[in-house]
Amino acid sequence: MIYDLVHRTVYVYTQPVSVSHHAARLHPQVQGAQGCASFDLRIVPEPAVSSARDDYFGNAVNFFTVQQPHRRLEITARSRVSTNPTARPDLERGPLWDEVAGLFEESPPPDLLEPHQFTFGSPMVRRGREFAGYAAASFPAGRPLLKAVADLNGRIHRDFKFDPRATTVTTPVEDVMRLRRGVCQDFAHLMIACLRSLALPARYVSGYLRTRPKAGSPRLVGADMSHAWVAVFCPAVGWVDFDPTNNLIPDVEHISVAVGRDYSDVAPVAGIVIGGGRHAINVSVDLRVAE
Amino acid sequence: MDGEGRMRPHYQRVIDDLRKLGTEEFDRRWEAGKRLLRESGATYHVYGDPLGTERPWQLDPIPYVIAAADWQSLERGLVQRAQLLNLVLADCYGPQRLIRSGKLPSAVVFGQRGFLRPCHGIKPAGDVFLHLYGVDLAKSPDGRWWALSDRTQNPSGAGYALENRLVVSRILPETFREGHVQRLAGFYRSLQLGFADLGSRRNDQPRVVILSPGPFNETYFEHAYLARYLGYTLVEGEDLTVRDDRVYLKTLSGLEPVDVILRRVDDDFCDPLELRNESMLGVPGLVQALRAGNVVVANALGSGLVQTPALMSFLPSLCRELLGEELRLPSVATWWCGQRAARDHVEADLDNLIVKPIAPMPGFEPTLGEGLSDPQRSELIARVRFQPHLFVAQEAVTLSTAPSWNGRQLVPMPVVTRAFLVASKGSYRLMPGGLTRVASDATSPKISMQRGGVSKDTWVLTDGPVESITLLQGAGGRGELQRIGHNLPSRIASSLFWMGRYVERAESTARIARAAVFRLTVESSAEASRLVGPLLAPLIRLGQMKAPDRKATEADWYLRAERELLRAILHRNNPGSLGVCVSHIERIATLLRDRMSLDVWRVLGNLDEPFTTCTGQGRVELTEVLELLNKVILGLAGFRGLAMDNMTRAQGWRFLDMGLRIERAVYLCETLLGALAAPDPDDTSLLDALLEIGDSSLTYRSRYNLVPQIAAVFDLLLLDELNPRSLLYQLRTLQEHLDRLPGERNGAPVSPRQSLLLECLSSLRRVDPRELSVPGVAPLETRLAEVLRLTLVNLPALSEELAQAYFAHATMSRPDDPAEPAEG
Repeated sequence: MIYDLVHRTVYVYTQPVSVSHHAARLHPQVQGAQGCASFDLRIVPEPAVSSARDDYFGNAVNFFTVQQPHRRLEITARSRVSTNPTARPDLERGPLWDEVAGLFEESPPPDLLEPHQFTFGSPMVRRGREFAGYAAASFPAGRPLLKAVADLNGRIHRDFKFDPRATTVTTPVEDVMRLRRGVCQDFAHLMIACLRSLALPARYVSGYLRTRPKAGSPRLVGADMSHAWVAVFCPAVGWVDFDPTNNLIPDVEHISVAVGRDYSDVAPVAGIVIGGGRHAINVSVDLRVAE
Repeated sequence: MDGEGRMRPHYQRVIDDLRKLGTEEFDRRWEAGKRLLRESGATYHVYGDPLGTERPWQLDPIPYVIAAADWQSLERGLVQRAQLLNLVLADCYGPQRLIRSGKLPSAVVFGQRGFLRPCHGIKPAGDVFLHLYGVDLAKSPDGRWWALSDRTQNPSGAGYALENRLVVSRILPETFREGHVQRLAGFYRSLQLGFADLGSRRNDQPRVVILSPGPFNETYFEHAYLARYLGYTLVEGEDLTVRDDRVYLKTLSGLEPVDVILRRVDDDFCDPLELRNESMLGVPGLVQALRAGNVVVANALGSGLVQTPALMSFLPSLCRELLGEELRLPSVATWWCGQRAARDHVEADLDNLIVKPIAPMPGFEPTLGEGLSDPQRSELIARVRFQPHLFVAQEAVTLSTAPSWNGRQLVPMPVVTRAFLVASKGSYRLMPGGLTRVASDATSPKISMQRGGVSKDTWVLTDGPVESITLLQGAGGRGELQRIGHNLPSRIASSLFWMGRYVERAESTARIARAAVFRLTVESSAEASRLVGPLLAPLIRLGQMKAPDRKATEADWYLRAERELLRAILHRNNPGSLGVCVSHIERIATLLRDRMSLDVWRVLGNLDEPFTTCTGQGRVELTEVLELLNKVILGLAGFRGLAMDNMTRAQGWRFLDMGLRIERAVYLCETLLGALAAPDPDDTSLLDALLEIGDSSLTYRSRYNLVPQIAAVFDLLLLDELNPRSLLYQLRTLQEHLDRLPGERNGAPVSPRQSLLLECLSSLRRVDPRELSVPGVAPLETRLAEVLRLTLVNLPALSEELAQAYFAHATMSRPDDPAEPAEG
């Protein structure tokens, strides 16, 4: 599947901003079954300084600084992305979850160091005995890891209500647990908290999900959204994605952009502005299948 | 003292000298020492202290003495430890070989927040991550040294060590001079040279700043102290800005490049863009500037990683691996619970161990296993088992003791000493001294100034000659003479300006109050109400005092006026009172601590004193208040005298003086308007009072030699350009300052600030005070009154304009920190 993707962020300020520093993680991943044929980042007004690098987790990040006074900043990322179907992982086979947790309990061998980093608490996801308690029902002793994770994925989908008004970007995962409501970011954080509380490596994936208009209604431009889901590490298989918001195993309709320990590692556009007074922010995403 | 409680020989000299001094003389000197401490403003903030956050620094006058040979053996171990930790940092933020080879368990690094991922791959100049390193040392009763904890984040205490030295060397000057005690200055000199060298790679005259979290930080006193001592600019995050991947200081005349940042802000708070994004203390873009190699931050961002006690159990093997040597200085026995065998040992031996988190953990205090109830014990074990990598257990150390003064005699008290090292020429230099703290009991696992404690000066003896160095010669000797110091940070200009305004507000208020109080005490109530009413008008108009009811009888009015006046002078819950004004002065003074001489600080520190004695004792008599007002006026005069005499006529002084002038002019105009509104403005007693408030009685008498007349009094107070108390003098001085501010000089169009002032000056010059003597003209309708009212509009506007032009601090915010829901 080939997609044309436009992600536009517009800031409008009530007072002039004298200088603003930003970090953008908008470049779709080039990995496995996903490719990115082109990527173009436009910033208005023109930044005085900009640079690109790969961050600690291997995500492409663009840094830029706008040094001229401005009341409006527009960041537009255009990419052409391809996804290919992958073999659906066999949930019944593979290592048992308790064996995997055991691997990470003490210092793991060098080839497991990378996933080992994702077993600890992180800025937005603490490990907690309450998360281990919630996850326990999906993780009876001796169950294959992926089967147990798929079960947890389904339970979060059933037990938690999608409610954009219940939480904000900074809602702690403990509150999500209590409220039983939230959005994709909250469900991803919650599922990560559950997995890490069992000493399993889990990471946060930010990206997009193809949406389909309701039958008979026209496709709306820019009405798509950023999305977030989870990947769990399964030895001998690698990272396997799960989408608790939709109770799915992502395939050709999920486009991943960045991975990290939690949202704080992968925010699509982060920035600090000096001045600016109050601000309004408008994000639009347009994801369409290329002709 | 040694294990048998005998005094060790190197203490002999101190003890002998104390005996020779005698208790009485020692007491006298110690009192003087305490006064010195108080006056220097040495404090330590205690978080969450209901009695106010600042606590005076607690010092024990008896130094902790370390023998020369003892210190030499320690020195090698400390230098090795500093080098080792620096190499561990270089590996963790670089190739991570130690982790991949299993020499350092990955959970020790990846499992703690101190590992700053955005800083991975940044190579600091000269591979130095640790510029300043502190170690808490304990000596066991058998004389061996142990490292209790490492301080690699931003070690505090080196400045307090200096302060302790200053005081104690004055209490025991002969002992200090003759006792072969090593001096501390050489250590700071190395620090200066090191930073000058790092900075000079970019700049011939490198600018070094000390980045502080601000006056609410527990060790702010020390930040200011070090800034003053080392000659560095003390800044907060908002004083710095990153442009073109370079760090700049915002000054009155624009952006000035910064080459080296000595940070006292924790590393994860240093850049809200890439590190903790809720931080308001940092500098957005700093990490990018570091990647570009455009600035040196000391210690390097991420250095906090290796102060975790989890590392201690791995130091012996890491030392062999990285340095090919045995670790010289042992650490207190430490088990990291992330390893099964260690955890089993901890659970089995819990009674003899203290369980600690590997990094500060909210809600978890170090816990001694001994004495826990069964449920407490199983909860602790469950907590450790759930996330074992987050905990260590350490042996409780029995500390050796040192003689301490308990107020009456010497008693042995357990001590811990913090040693300091600074990176120097590819190795480390140890401060021959340190900060010794006295523990409350011999096995106390926690000695922290945060929990309240007493410190001691630390004397390291030498067999050789004492090296003598002063820092005043300047670092590196390459500095050229500079007539004008580095440009003034905008925030400092703003503080100086407000200092000026509050100092003058306090003085004007005190002068008015004194004139009123004096008349209330000597005049009959009828006479007092007639005279005092107009005098109080400025305080009422400026919101400092409630108006006594006019309709009351004279006797009643008198009582109310007295009550309200006392409120305006003393009351802490009246935001306009003199007492509150004085506390504002002290608050601003803390912001300027690094810029004020000790003498100025001493004067300001004493300003508050009369208030504490006066309010403490129930009903206050007016005569007592009169004495208080005299003290305040004298104190302020002292401040003004020192400021005028000692400050160079640079930008800082101009802002201080502009604040003074604006405030003085405002009070003068209000006072004169109040007098013009009196039933009889020409009353001799009233005119006398005006001259007294305006501090111009002597001038008047020398000039006119007759009873005050209204035209002459107003001429002297408004238009006499030789009278430093006149309105014209204030306005002319303000104009002179404005002309010399950066950005005002060459501009062809008159700035809004100048035009506000010009308007006042030109209308003032057209005034003829003789119009007040013309019968039949209401005083408040004269041109003169009009000018007073105009000035009262324009000067506050000028103050606003100055703030806009020179102090404007745009606030920092995160536009992507929405109250809106997350997406998806």
